[in-house]
Amino acid sequence: MTGPLLRVKDLTKNFQVGGGFLSRGADVVHAVDRVSFEIAPGETLGLVGESGSGKSTTGRCILRLIEPTAGEVWFEGHEVTALDAAAFRALCRDMQIIFQDPFASLNPRMTVGAIIGEALTIHNLAPTKRAFTDRVVELLETVGLQAEHMRRYPHEFSGGQRQRIGIARALAVEPKLIVCDEPVSALDVSIQAQVINLLEDLQQKFGLTYLFIAHDLSVVEHISKRVAVMYLGRIVEIASARDLYATPLHPYTEALLSAVPVTDPKARRKRIVLQGEVPSPMHPPSGCHFHTRCPIRKLPLCSTEVPPLEQKRDGHWAACHLRS
Amino acid sequence: MDGSTLVSPSAEVIAPQRPARPFSPWLEAWRRFRRHRLALASTVVLLLMILAIALGPFVWKVAINDIDFAARMQTPSWSHPLGTDDLGQDLLARMLYGGRISLAVGLSAMFVAMTLGTVIGATAGMSRGWVGPALIWLTDLFLSLPALPLLQLVIYLFRDSLKAAFGLEGGVFVMIVVVIGGLRWMPVARLVRAQFLSLREKEFVEAARALGASKLRQVVRHILPNALGPVLVAATIDVAAAIIAESTLSFLGLGFPPDIPTWGRILYDAKDYLDIAPHWALFPGAAIFLTVLTINFIGDGLRDALDPRKVM
Repeated sequence: MTGPLLRVKDLTKNFQVGGGFLSRGADVVHAVDRVSFEIAPGETLGLVGESGSGKSTTGRCILRLIEPTAGEVWFEGHEVTALDAAAFRALCRDMQIIFQDPFASLNPRMTVGAIIGEALTIHNLAPTKRAFTDRVVELLETVGLQAEHMRRYPHEFSGGQRQRIGIARALAVEPKLIVCDEPVSALDVSIQAQVINLLEDLQQKFGLTYLFIAHDLSVVEHISKRVAVMYLGRIVEIASARDLYATPLHPYTEALLSAVPVTDPKARRKRIVLQGEVPSPMHPPSGCHFHTRCPIRKLPLCSTEVPPLEQKRDGHWAACHLRS
Repeated sequence: MDGSTLVSPSAEVIAPQRPARPFSPWLEAWRRFRRHRLALASTVVLLLMILAIALGPFVWKVAINDIDFAARMQTPSWSHPLGTDDLGQDLLARMLYGGRISLAVGLSAMFVAMTLGTVIGATAGMSRGWVGPALIWLTDLFLSLPALPLLQLVIYLFRDSLKAAFGLEGGVFVMIVVVIGGLRWMPVARLVRAQFLSLREKEFVEAARALGASKLRQVVRHILPNALGPVLVAATIDVAAAIIAESTLSFLGLGFPPDIPTWGRILYDAKDYLDIAPHWALFPGAAIFLTVLTINFIGDGLRDALDPRKVM
């Protein structure tokens, strides 16, 4: 297949804050600000950034769980944001999501079988009761659970098992793209590895494409082919995982990478400690969003002009006036 | 979070093995309900009361309006197990007859209030436009209406036309149910809306949306079952409130005609004779109390039985 599976162009999402009836002027949170990227079939794109950088909102906008304010999302040549309800429901079979919180993402009043099988009912994928049960059992076994688990309720499972149930639910429609919204952030480190390995196995087995959202750089490095870094709603750098981790171009990425703990206690390296806090996305800084904390900034250029996301090296894009 | 265990590799399979048995969520709920002793006992008591008022008049064949001035305000005896009132009418017969009306009014009014409140609350909770705020204004408007004067007005206006449509008792019954239910849905609506507002943002609802579930499916399968616990408790309290509201209406002479006994009406008639004939007030009072209490316990039991997270 040629061309990207998913193409996001200038995706923007603003949230209105306050501004109800009779109140003076509403504030606007610029959660996602003209984000563009592409994902090739079978690829994993990691999306990293700290809390509030807009990575989860980006993921949800792609699935239209949140309606984007502006921009385009193209999936296999279809404009997702322009689809009518029926066409969008059909598209739900191709795109799925796995959530961060394994406790909030499963309906506590449904059995595991009903949760996993819901998609089969919605899309009429199981004509008979027998087929329904068989498929649910198959899905359970695919994610490393047992057939007898289908009669249990979510609260009877551990965090890792619940995350597997969430994965099985997403797999039920045989999707092509899965948005993994911090799927391991809420889990113990040992379970994180199991779930990541499961995701990798499933990718191989079913040829899945992942948009892998996380704030843990080492997790992303392990699973992703390419990585995009977000800061305050914008992508500041996007490159292959190897390039990004070896030779980061954007000063924010450098600072992020310097904060990853190293396993060798004797190894010393320079920590780049950023000054100040992340500015409010309600009033983001002018120009380059990062200029208020950037160690290499050059005023007034950085505070007046928005740096475009440019290809600085082969396949390595960054949004910085100063690095080339 | 509820009963979460931190996982370690060895703890991946923590759920204990259970013997295989036929499985259905309703059977499971019934099994759990049976473990709730108080609720089970209450169900038995309530069923006995319903049985008594349903079959009682066929067994105890004393007429409700059999006036006997020789036996006025008698204390309980073999010929009048619950005593008599100031006209010498048999209280047991009147209680059995009145219980039909009181229980029917209580349950129907609760049903009206719950249905109305849930529909309005759910609509308000799911809408993202102007419908939600508009419905909440309406709810607040109804909450701020003084109930009793309104009841009097409605009853004054509609009593005759309803009587013509449904007959004397039927007309009053419909009117009282509609009036009580129509004035008690507001707390339910607010409760349901608040639940919906928080539940609709939960990730499991998002997951259903991502699977392509219609709005109706999201509500019926995911949001409503999780919102129902508090509503159920409110419902049981509402049965009690409706029985008492009917008593109040009868007390004020706005309910059923004076010659038709209901528990509330009997209580009202007895109030002037509390010092000479306390039994007259005691039995209808106890009947209302018992109904309210048992329904409350059943509500508790149902709420727990329908929540699979509760360990029982």
